[in-house]
Amino acid sequence: MRKIYLPLTKKVIKTLRLGQEVLLSGSVLTARDAAHKRLAETLKSNKKIPVSIKGETIYYTGPTPTMPGRIIGSCGPTTSSRMDQFTHILLRHALLGMIGKGERSKEIVSAIKRFGAVYFITIGGAGAYLSEKVKNSKIIAYRDLGTEAIRRVIVEDFPAIVAVV
Amino acid sequence: MRTINSKLIAETVKELCIKANLELRKDILSALRRAREKETSSKARGVLDIIIYNALLARKKRLPICQDTGMVVAYVAIGQEVRIKGVFRKAVERGVAEAYRCSYFRNSIVMDPLRRKNTKNNLPSIIYTCIVPGKRLNIRISVKGFGCENISRTRMFRPTDSASLIEDFVVEAVKDSGSRACPPVYIGVGMGGTIDKATLLSKEAVFRSVAGCSRKRHIAKLEKSILAKVNSLKIGPMGVGGRTTALGVSVLSYPTHIAGLPVAVNISCHATRDARKVI
Ligand code: SF4
Repeated sequence: MRKIYLPLTKKVIKTLRLGQEVLLSGSVLTARDAAHKRLAETLKSNKKIPVSIKGETIYYTGPTPTMPGRIIGSCGPTTSSRMDQFTHILLRHALLGMIGKGERSKEIVSAIKRFGAVYFITIGGAGAYLSEKVKNSKIIAYRDLGTEAIRRVIVEDFPAIVAVV
Repeated sequence: MRTINSKLIAETVKELCIKANLELRKDILSALRRAREKETSSKARGVLDIIIYNALLARKKRLPICQDTGMVVAYVAIGQEVRIKGVFRKAVERGVAEAYRCSYFRNSIVMDPLRRKNTKNNLPSIIYTCIVPGKRLNIRISVKGFGCENISRTRMFRPTDSASLIEDFVVEAVKDSGSRACPPVYIGVGMGGTIDKATLLSKEAVFRSVAGCSRKRHIAKLEKSILAKVNSLKIGPMGVGGRTTALGVSVLSYPTHIAGLPVAVNISCHATRDARKVI
């Protein structure tokens, strides 16, 4: 299976094929509904967001609390289409990758293609398994959102399938 | 009369919340294994392999099967010869809160649907009670994530509508959801009663073993037909295509009014989680 190293580049994205199974290694940000709403609102009012998303990959997940002795709790993907309403502005600010589950809206599919970005799906409900692919995790913004805070997460051989490119 | 201390209720609820979140139901696990053997595409097999491995890992390492540890719904049948010492609702809530805190489950509940502030203890839960003969308490805890809950739907059909329209309605629900509900899914259908009764039945329907079928012949036929149609959608495990979009269909029905035919569809993901105990 093909290994992809993060952060992504437009050059690498161009070589990806629809439906291709890949293993992702490197750094991703986690964010879901509440964090997306804040990011989008801040960007819309031309203010600075607390973390740069340029060239980043966002993983849509809200993990369970971390048990002592572990790196992260169960951390499977959440439904991506709920993030559709906030995705366009993030793409405009150079977001390159997204990982989640389920289909995206027509508008977002075409926006992802237009911006030369990529959307991967991973296995929903496999939270325990996917937590074993996480090698480091740290909250870096919006701590008050609890499980919905933004984390910087390092993954290794994280299984994903190219769903929109 | 038999007296049951609310402490025992709290302990039992705690135990069941933990069991439901860590140990995938045996019938679901077996169905996933059978599905894996039936799949011909390597992608679908790969996804099912991970889903099965995830369930085994969760049980062994005591990790939640899925990060969405759900909103807790308790179904309690109370024997009419039981006297509960202490406050019943408080006991159930204490059990839930302790399970979620001790086991590092996610707190996913917000206090107000519009203001959306997290309650930080996964409370409140939803409690359904019914009074039955006898001197026991039958407690079932169901935890359901919202990826699939968001896909569920109801419709009031006309009394003259045919079974095939209902089949189409269920198939539509699965088709529209694509892979958002984490297929392969288990589909619960409630038919008849009033709108609330049909919805409750659709929830209770998935408590039956996924390998089972209705005792009513015409309903069993309906279940089979829906399952075949859903699987011909070829959405497959997590939407990668394949033979298994649903593991099973369970339909519960109830008498209804001459003027109506309520139908509720409850889509339950491959992490269909509940646990039961009689005390
Ligand atoms: S739909 Fe089920 S398996 Fe999928 S993320 Fe939600 S709770 Fe987990």
